[in-house]
Amino acid sequence: MPGATQDRRPASAQAFVRQGPAPAQPPPASESFAGGLRGNLFGDWRTSLATLAVLTLVGLALPSLLRFLIFDAVWSAPDGELCRAPGAGACWAFIAQKLPYFIYGSYPESQRWRVDVTMFVGAVLIVWLLWLDAPARRLAAFLFFVAYPLQGFILLHGAPALGLPRVETHLWGGVFVSLLVASVGMVFSLPLGILLALGRRSRLPALKLACTGFIEFVRGVPMITVLFMANTMLPLFVPEDLAPDRLARPLIGVALFASAYMAEVVRGGLQAIPRGQFEGAAALGLRPWPTLRLVVLPQALRHVIPGVVNSFISLFKDTTLVAIVGIFDFLKTIEAARQDPAWAGPTISATGYIFAALFYFAFCFGMSLYARFVERRLGSAAA
Amino acid sequence: MAPAAASSPPPAVGLAFWRDPQALRIAVLQAVFLLGLGWLAVEAFIHVRANMQARGIPTGFGFLNDTAGFDINQSLISYSATSTYGRAFLVGLLNTCLVSAISLALATIVGFTVGIARLSKNWAAAQLATVYVEILRNVPLLLQLLFWYNAVLKALPGPRQSYALPFGVFLNNRGLFAPELALGPGAPWLGAALVASAAAAIAAWWLSRRRRPAMNASLRIGAAALILGPPVAAFLIAGAPLSLVPPELKGFNFIGGVRLLPEFVALVLGLSLYTAAFIAEVVRAGMQAVPRGQSEAAAALGLSRLAAIRHVVAPQAMRVIIPLLTSQYLNLIKNSSLAVFVGYPDLVQVFAGTVLNQTGAAVQVIFITMAVYLTVSLLASLAMNLFNRRFASIER
Amino acid sequence: MLKRNVLALAAGLMLVATLAHAGALDQIKKRGTLACGSNTGVAGFGLPDDKGHWTGLDVDFCRAVAAAIFDDVGKVKFIPLSSKDRFTALQSGEVDILARNTTWTLSREAGQGFLFTGITYFDGQGFMVRKKLNLSSALELSGASICVQQGTTSELNLADFFRGNNMNYEPVVFASADEARKAYDSGRCDAYTTDASGLYAERPKLANPDDHVILPEIISKEPLGPLVRQGDDQWFNVVKWVGFAMLDAEELGVTSKNVDEKLKSDRPEIKRLLGLEGNFGEALGLTGDWAYRIVKRVGNYGEIFDRNLGEGSSLKIKRGINSLWTKGGLQYAPPIR
Repeated sequence: MPGATQDRRPASAQAFVRQGPAPAQPPPASESFAGGLRGNLFGDWRTSLATLAVLTLVGLALPSLLRFLIFDAVWSAPDGELCRAPGAGACWAFIAQKLPYFIYGSYPESQRWRVDVTMFVGAVLIVWLLWLDAPARRLAAFLFFVAYPLQGFILLHGAPALGLPRVETHLWGGVFVSLLVASVGMVFSLPLGILLALGRRSRLPALKLACTGFIEFVRGVPMITVLFMANTMLPLFVPEDLAPDRLARPLIGVALFASAYMAEVVRGGLQAIPRGQFEGAAALGLRPWPTLRLVVLPQALRHVIPGVVNSFISLFKDTTLVAIVGIFDFLKTIEAARQDPAWAGPTISATGYIFAALFYFAFCFGMSLYARFVERRLGSAAA
Repeated sequence: MAPAAASSPPPAVGLAFWRDPQALRIAVLQAVFLLGLGWLAVEAFIHVRANMQARGIPTGFGFLNDTAGFDINQSLISYSATSTYGRAFLVGLLNTCLVSAISLALATIVGFTVGIARLSKNWAAAQLATVYVEILRNVPLLLQLLFWYNAVLKALPGPRQSYALPFGVFLNNRGLFAPELALGPGAPWLGAALVASAAAAIAAWWLSRRRRPAMNASLRIGAAALILGPPVAAFLIAGAPLSLVPPELKGFNFIGGVRLLPEFVALVLGLSLYTAAFIAEVVRAGMQAVPRGQSEAAAALGLSRLAAIRHVVAPQAMRVIIPLLTSQYLNLIKNSSLAVFVGYPDLVQVFAGTVLNQTGAAVQVIFITMAVYLTVSLLASLAMNLFNRRFASIER
Repeated sequence: MLKRNVLALAAGLMLVATLAHAGALDQIKKRGTLACGSNTGVAGFGLPDDKGHWTGLDVDFCRAVAAAIFDDVGKVKFIPLSSKDRFTALQSGEVDILARNTTWTLSREAGQGFLFTGITYFDGQGFMVRKKLNLSSALELSGASICVQQGTTSELNLADFFRGNNMNYEPVVFASADEARKAYDSGRCDAYTTDASGLYAERPKLANPDDHVILPEIISKEPLGPLVRQGDDQWFNVVKWVGFAMLDAEELGVTSKNVDEKLKSDRPEIKRLLGLEGNFGEALGLTGDWAYRIVKRVGNYGEIFDRNLGEGSSLKIKRGINSLWTKGGLQYAPPIR
């Protein structure tokens, strides 16, 4: 450390002065697992106290949680009568009965196969894209980012010419809409984010300023206000005939919002590319665009996969906010269902929320495990 | 448009840009881009204005001086239905600040505790902390808010069956009621005594910094007497001017005392516990960024584990932690706008909700709301940057 | 590439900007559907069932407009709007007509640029409280917590009522009627306030409806009716006269069941109503049989009232001041001639 900074400080601020010899360390704990665990949990009085506190907490919470969730829960019932009984736990019968509503919203029953097909195709494409060793991932990317949105729109919204009756968007709801908002955000934010990130690194000051301004503006305001703006102000920007559909407006808002965050993730990836790569490309005589397309982006995008997955997790959690502009996403259908007087009861709210929490947790935790896996693999590949 | 063109050759030095074909091309491109952008902005502005006028939407900011006519159930400044929309805006803004400030403090405490617990050698504590982080991080904040509000706080009994907690605190579905400090006639004396003792405390601290070895036991006792003496004496002499006024049940609700709305409690709980999970991860990342050798060296020098953390690991970890912490703080402030879902009167609920609806001035209201958050975000990141610079400047 | 897209988008905007601003009636005819801003769910006024089929007084009003234009009650698209974004939806042109139990006030016409076309329901604001509180008057509510929906006239009336009577209260404000009712039901508030009709509509949704009473005081006038944007007189006239035609039909005893027989009637008023004399429908920009279509497809005012709010519904609200003027009520329509 530079002496100058240190010398100016008064002697009393000296970080640490030991007066006597340090006490002798105890011999290392025995190597057996049980012994290690015992030392770990009850090594000295402080550790023991912490362990006891943790055990008490778990001991208090776990049994009542299990009782509520499993042993006292009502697994099947025609209506809320059984769930209202004193001492009854979670009302899973409520979830079972409302499940179709939670998944499809008010989408007409006879047409729900269209939702199933779209979700299935989406799932296949996403697995294809995320599986790092899959063949023809370029084709998958093309299908996911270009063909799939078209297919999804035609199938879900309907095309009378093809014999598919129109299903108005105000009937859409449930898990299906949550996934739709998230995937639309994903499909549009990635390309937009790449463009914005490139713009932010551009040598053209005007372009750079515009992109930086957009990114910082969107990142500086809450998503709710972006949704409000999309909902109330978009129709003012365009003529009446073109006023976007009520579902399309929050989708535009979500896509713009997500693209600003995606741009920052991509920028991080671009910055990780060593200068030598640009110089090497230049030495080979590549012009800027081919350099970008053939050298920089393939490496950068591989690096940012964990970041992209993480921002997809936030995006997925943020889709719950579209309820504020009247979209019936999964959480909103739970909110609506728990108001049903037939099922009114003290445990209904908690049951609904726990079910929703399990759903979101399974989804987000799965994604984050995947992100960690990719991160490890990229790390080991780089080493 | 030139992309991230670090590979293109640098422009020739000393050449006027209009002589350099590439610089000229860039300049023209930019001019076209700017013109296009400007034209689009002007076009949008004209269109919006025409649209607003055609539809009879108010266009100015004059509505801020009109009488609001509605009440707000929590306000840090005096407000009634006869106040203006502008004042309603202030009420909402202050409520946002209040809920953010308290949640920030709580989130920091919980976050650091959990983060350190995750690195603890105690297996049970580390596991519990991990479970906390993974669950809270992977469930949407809105769901957590609704859970706290609808499933926990609304399930509490009504005012007549309140839970009576120690120290005259009551908890029911109308909120948390605590006794209020009431000042008696002798209160000014007490205030003066407090100022005196604060001065004594500062003096003692300063002295102890300068002459640490001389700070022996008797001196310490003297200092303590000097600090604690005046307020205690003043309290007794002035005839105990401070009293706790407990809330009492009168009519429908508890009257008197300090009250925390259930909406407020739910928001603080949800925001701080959610953000704490992220802060815990930030703290863990920061601690792990300090090379192992540092704590081993500290141990070799004979520092206890706590001392090693305090003097060696934490100062270095803070440099990693602070930038990440900043963005978590900003997230929390932005997330406080979810108040609208639980009915807490924050900026978005009062201003972008009720005021927007009563006046119909959608564009202006949303513009102002966004500007506020943007300003807060920019100010907070500025402050954090200054703080960060101080930490980072001590090069080692 | 980005720039080219932006330019194309801007050019597109310019182009369509010049095409806009035809009359609403022509636009609706061209589009083939009527966009009707409705409630997100208030029984009796506008409520979708699980399959997305709507019922209610306001909903039937929109169906009557659709019947007058298209002779088809199916050609109406209901767009559920919260009280918060109903006005922006009408302002922005997203809906052609807002029939969403909205109170007729001066500021909504002079300040926000709307026109109310008539009063479909004379209402007033009331309070609902728990029976066990043993309250007999709203004047005993001093100190109470009161749940109310955001951005409504109820929120303003509530402030006026308590200020006017020198009483304190705690407003607890929610973005939707559902949330406000739920908060009241869970005990967060002592009272729930909204239009009296709304109180009757919401009560069955409470966990134990019989534990709650509606206090006798009506603290405000709440004339509810459909509204349209200012600046399109033809469309305003169409919507206004659809409402009048339903009232005139009831007054003349023309119902959806007997309308075909009434075509043979000799009464000149009925002949004019059903388009057998004069060309009143054409004057409105509709067809001669416009009122016949309304009554045939939807019914007269009495019928839709009874079906959605009155004896034919689960709400069983009395006609009261909503009776025709000939029966001691306030519902009165100018004559068709």
